[in-house]
Amino acid sequence: MTAPIMPDATTAQASPQAAPRQPIRTGKPLSSRLWRERYIFLLLLPGLVYFLVYKYVPMLGNIIAFQDFSPFRGFLHSEWVGFRHFERIFEDAEVVRVIWNTLYLAFLQIVFSFPIPIVLSLMLNEVRQSRFKYFIQSVVYLPHFLSWVVIIGIITIFLKSEGLVNELLHLVFGMEPISFMQEPGWFMPLIVLEVIWKESGWGTVLFLAALAGVNPALYEAARVDGASRLRQIWHITLPAIRSTIVILLILQLGHVLDSGFEQIFLMLNPFTMDVGNVLDTFVYFKGIQQSDFSFGTAVGLFKGIVGLILILGANRLSKKIGEDGLF
Amino acid sequence: MQHRTVPERLGEAINLAVLILAALVMLFPFYYIVIVSFSSYQDYMESDLLLWPKHWVLDSYSFIFASKEFIRSIGVTVFITVVGALFSLIMTSSMGFALTRRAWGQSFFMFLVLFTFIFSAGLIPSYLIVKETGLIDTYWALIIPVAINPFNLIVMRQFFMGIPEELNESAVIDGANEMQIFLRIIIPLSKPALAAFGLFYAVVQWNTYFSAILYLNTPSKWTVQVILRQIVILNDATNTLASAARDAARSAHMPPPETIGMAAILLATVPILIVYPFLQKHFAKGVMLGSVKG
Repeated sequence: MTAPIMPDATTAQASPQAAPRQPIRTGKPLSSRLWRERYIFLLLLPGLVYFLVYKYVPMLGNIIAFQDFSPFRGFLHSEWVGFRHFERIFEDAEVVRVIWNTLYLAFLQIVFSFPIPIVLSLMLNEVRQSRFKYFIQSVVYLPHFLSWVVIIGIITIFLKSEGLVNELLHLVFGMEPISFMQEPGWFMPLIVLEVIWKESGWGTVLFLAALAGVNPALYEAARVDGASRLRQIWHITLPAIRSTIVILLILQLGHVLDSGFEQIFLMLNPFTMDVGNVLDTFVYFKGIQQSDFSFGTAVGLFKGIVGLILILGANRLSKKIGEDGLF
Repeated sequence: MQHRTVPERLGEAINLAVLILAALVMLFPFYYIVIVSFSSYQDYMESDLLLWPKHWVLDSYSFIFASKEFIRSIGVTVFITVVGALFSLIMTSSMGFALTRRAWGQSFFMFLVLFTFIFSAGLIPSYLIVKETGLIDTYWALIIPVAINPFNLIVMRQFFMGIPEELNESAVIDGANEMQIFLRIIIPLSKPALAAFGLFYAVVQWNTYFSAILYLNTPSKWTVQVILRQIVILNDATNTLASAARDAARSAHMPPPETIGMAAILLATVPILIVYPFLQKHFAKGVMLGSVKG
């Protein structure tokens, strides 16, 4: 996931006056102002309609979480059931299991996947020969652009019982073949490893951009003071990316309930459903495949609201520890 | 002049070695796919560890190209990639530019965009809206609901704000309206940015999987990723590529599923590999379009 970068009127621009200024209060009536700005609205309109229809109207559609929705009867004529679906969230053992899976995966991601781009960017930053740096970056960015179908397809073929990994295990360690894709114990580790392979490289982009802005004179001064390379990294390089790390960590925390739907959906099979079903996939299976629209929507709404609270909370937390928040 | 101590040079060498090793490990799966997809049935079944084909054959590839289903899915995917990327570019750039101009309600509209970063409506309401707007089982279901990526919108807006205001102001003095400014000044000056975003959108469209199975009911409309999943993950080459399988059955010459799968993966990945150098150009230099805070 890439972090959204919030526009800021004070960020460096190519020329002065490029940031939008305060609205002019001319005292003229609103209608003449709107007419004057009509071309702006013309350009704005398609995108605005898109956001309203496909992002905001669905938010209103969450109302069916409080109904016993039936597509035939529609919004207006389906029965109202209040919070019944939400109660079911806490009572249904399957939902509890799913929430646990989701949280467990989020924990694994933060502990294992999150640090890798940081370490990788620090290592890349130390490479002097730009030819090598360019080559490594090219290789390491590539998986980000591949689809999950391709990546999991590759994994599936590699991890087959007669596949390469099992062949190697047999040749080197004399082991019997392991059914990696069907083994519940392997599900989460595989997910995390796949994310590391796919996104670590791309994750370095933000950090490398921040590191590129570090004043080389700082390193020189440290060297003159006798600091080793490791100390330089600790005292100069890391603090330079501290803000970026904190912001990205906040975002990760805010997204604890989002699990990367497509990846998990593709990896799931009847054997691993128990350990692998997360909130996003549960909403799909229950809400769409089993047409339990209202319950699925209730779970989705629950997830969205909790996620919102988490992001706002994480944002406030970061401000408390002295970093800029996201907003 | 750089004075590097021996421990420092050693550290750098180790660092570089580890990185190169990591890069090779990342590349290995691609290498393996190429090797296996060009291997013959016998070579694949007989050898324990296939690291170089004994014979280079095109069996898997001719099988795939013989199947109408695969060809059709490529055609479908090319359509949604090209049309989708163009549509997204037009929508994103026009709105992105509109948001850089002082206008009534500007901060409200910005808030509308930014709020979608932290809260989304959910799968089922979104599905129902797509249904209500009549897009189910049409290719537009893969294009319209994902028309604007809010992150791209913000970055593009940031980029437009970096274009010198003097150009706009002199156009205004000459009597141009915002539409003309957009078409005659902004767009021509933004070609690299537009190309980069266009490619980003195109890659996402090419990789469309879930939207296709969610919104498309007719198998003939499936994208290449859906077909790929059927072949490789569900191990169902025979049914998925039924037209070719029937021919192969007659001549008793169907390549092993693994080689078919590998060939399919390669074919689905080749377009990405082709555009990748162009994508690389735009961000390998560490240039993030728009400003990076910090």
